[in-house]
Formats: sequence, structure tokens, C-alpha cells
Amino acid sequence: MSNHPTLTAEPVARLIEALHKLPGIGPKSAQRLAYYILQADQQQIRDLSEAISAVKAKVSLCSICWNISDADICHICRDFKRDVSLVCVVEKPMDILPLERTRAYRGVYHALHGTIAPSEGIGPDQLKVKELLFRLRTGGVREVILATNPNVEGEATALYLQRLISPLGIKISRLARGLPFGADLEYTDEVTLTSALEGRQELSS
Amino acid sequence: MSAPRSYRTEAIVLRRTEFGEADRIVTFYTPEYGKLKAIAKGVRKPRSKLSGLVELFTHSTLLLSHGHNLDIVSQGEAIHPFVPLKNDLNRSGCAFYVVELVSRFTVEHQENAPVFDLLLATLVELCQTSNMDMLLRCFEADLLQCLGYRPNLHRCITCNSLLRPVANSFSPSGGGIICPACAGTEPVARPISANAIKVLRLLQNNDYAAICRVNMGKPLASEVEHVLRSYIEYLLERKVHSASWLDKLRHDARLSTALVTTVSPGPPGGEATTAAAVIPPGPATRHSP
Repeated sequence: MSNHPTLTAEPVARLIEALHKLPGIGPKSAQRLAYYILQADQQQIRDLSEAISAVKAKVSLCSICWNISDADICHICRDFKRDVSLVCVVEKPMDILPLERTRAYRGVYHALHGTIAPSEGIGPDQLKVKELLFRLRTGGVREVILATNPNVEGEATALYLQRLISPLGIKISRLARGLPFGADLEYTDEVTLTSALEGRQELSS
Repeated sequence: MSAPRSYRTEAIVLRRTEFGEADRIVTFYTPEYGKLKAIAKGVRKPRSKLSGLVELFTHSTLLLSHGHNLDIVSQGEAIHPFVPLKNDLNRSGCAFYVVELVSRFTVEHQENAPVFDLLLATLVELCQTSNMDMLLRCFEADLLQCLGYRPNLHRCITCNSLLRPVANSFSPSGGGIICPACAGTEPVARPISANAIKVLRLLQNNDYAAICRVNMGKPLASEVEHVLRSYIEYLLERKVHSASWLDKLRHDARLSTALVTTVSPGPPGGEATTAAAVIPPGPATRHSP
């Protein structure tokens, strides 16, 4: 594609090239999208390009929780009904959406913007860890829920945060690990099953 | 007859990168095929049957099928999930380092079964050892040996004369020790103490039990670490990312709980050398996980 710029008009080739850089878009999808955009009506294209430029211009990070926000402070941190003494630490702002969808959590969040990935050269200095500690030191937080992903990097991040937070005397909890709804014991790996056994809950009558 | 559509292999996960909606491209190390990349489909969904198998460090038997570009992980069974490596910050830091070295030093589809055995033995040992630093040094020395980069520690690499316990230097580019007489020929060589050379020789002779009984002071341990690291980084032509994470953990540990760096002294009666090292004889117990 980029090797044959002469096969199609230069602006189209440029558009294909740009679309191809998006995640999950292969060369064929990029071509299809480019040709669709080419034949779409003016209004639709204007909306799309405006939406794209607005998202970069108008959206910034919340100065409290580092969630994506259209103001200095995001809608969650602005909400008076939220329990600000309960902070849920997530890897990416995207992880806030599924937690919000549960409608079961009424605390606030903190987005780290990544996980500790030593082999990729990502350490705590590249994440919003300093910001989290500053926030916790300023007081008013009773519990921190570590909601990093249950994989090696997420676990390392949680353990590291635990090491940093425990001297502050704040309660630290970790999201439970266990069987997903609708799972099958036969296919469950032993790591998951072990933590499901450890985290078993008494059924009260 | 056409080639079989799928094949079975043991594998240890070295790396994984996210791909598409819910897939991951996983880099394995296998005894038969060396380093191998394969795609694990749907493993980021919570109900995936494969997700446990393609988690970092996991040792498993896998059934892979030949794909268009990449092979596809179709089923498998975990042999060692290496839970302690995932639940302990220091152990996981060491394991990150171990898999990064294997991943960086090897190329795809180049069989090297000793590297697989070494990797497996190191991860098994890492789950229980109290002396992680020493285990990493043994791993580094063994890995260099498996890959054909064994440093020359007995004769000067320039004039081939036997080394004497004086102020020698180590040359990463020459892969060995340079005697004081030849030192001027190699400007990048760094000084190395006689004791450090002795420890490196022990590491090279693979005598893990003996090495564990060596009562090494902190300066000697860090000298050996730096020599090996400079050699590794010279060979890789890049920094090892996980090494800086290990350094950070160790720095933090000085303030609180320790990444165990000192070894308990060996039993009395061991033959004392001129070095600060006490090296009683002991059988090599390295590769028996």
C-alpha cells in the first residue's frame, strides 16, 4: 500500500496511510474506510472531522483522578454524592467504564495510565503513582481498592502500590479473583481456582 | 503427504502483546523450536480457557496449529503456573529479568534445548530460593555459556598468558580478562578484582551449591553483577529494561524488607582461599528442579 503510492490518487493514499495507523485497522479495512469516506456526503465528513479534532482539543485529564474529562475536574470527582474516602485505582481511564456500569460502586477513581512492565521499561515513574500518593497523603481517604488487571504486570503494580501505601495506614483491598459468571470448573486454570477457593464466601442462612 | 496441521510442545511464556479486540500475540520459549510466536485468540475475555496458559512465566504443554502468518494456540495444560513468581514483588522482578534476557538473546525458530532447561530450572528455583541475586548470577553465567558467549577467565585474551591474582581488567568486547601487561590495548576494559574472577569461575563451573555457600560481601557481589551486566549489555547492544526495575526494588528494599543479598556463612572447615570467599566443595545441584 505505502509501497505503491502511485496506484491511487495521492490524497486517498494519504488517508489510507493515516487510517492504517489506527489500532485494529489492517490494510484492507483502511482501504475500505478510505473509499467509504470518499463517497460519503459532505455533512457526514464534516461531523467526523470535527469530532476528531474536538476530542483532542476539548478533552484533557482530570487533575484529581486522571480520568479523561472535558473540564479540569471530571464528572465523577465533581459529583457530591460520591464517597471521596474510597478510591479505586485502575490501570487505564477505559477501565472506569465497566466499573461504572456495575452501578455498585459509589467511590471515586484514580487512573494510573499503565502498569509496571519491567521488560518494556515501564516503571512507576512513568505512571501516575506519585500523584496517587500525594492524593492519599493529603488525607480523607479511608480505603484504596486496587483494581489493576489480574495478570503478572497488574499484580506487580498492585504489590508495589501496597508497599507504598501501607505505611500511610490506609486500608488496602484488591478486587477478588475467581470464577467468572457462567464459567465451567473443568476449564478453569489452577491459579484462578486457587484464588477462588481462598476467596470463598460463607453462605449465610 | 501434507505436514500435520498441529503440533504439541512444552512452552514457557516470555512476552505477550495485545492484538486486535481480545487476542494476544504470545512469545514462547520451547525446547524443540526455540523462541516461537503464536496468537492466542480471545484470551482477554474473562471466560477464555487459554488465558491462564498464556500468562507470563507459565510453563505448559500446548497444542499449536499452523496458521497463515502466526501459529495459533489451540489448547493446552499448565505444568507450572509459578504462582510464587506472580505474588511476590521481588521474585516477579527477577522473573521479568530472566525472561527478558532469554527473549533478547534468542532468535525465533532456533532450537536450543539447554536454554529451555536453564530457563525452567531457574524459574523453579526462583520460586523457593532465598538468594535471588546469586541465582540470577548463575543464570546469567549459564545462559552466556549456552549461547556460546562463555567468557575466558583463565588466560589473558590478548597474550594468552595465565592470569595472576593482580589488577586485571575485564573486556566486554573481547569476552574475557586482560592481564595488566596488555591492558593498554583495550581502552574500554574495566578493572576486575582477583576475587571477582574467582566468583565468576565458580559461576562458570556451574557449582550452585558451592556458590551458595560463598560468603560474599556486598562490594564483591555488586562487582560481579556489574561485570556480568556490562558484558550482557555489550552483547545485546542495549540496556536490559528489567535490570533497572530490579535496581529500583533493591533501592526500596534497603529502606524496608530486603531482597536477600547476603548469604549465611558456610560451614566451618571449608578451605579458605586468599579471597574473602570460603568455598567448600559441594555437588552441582543446578539442573534438578
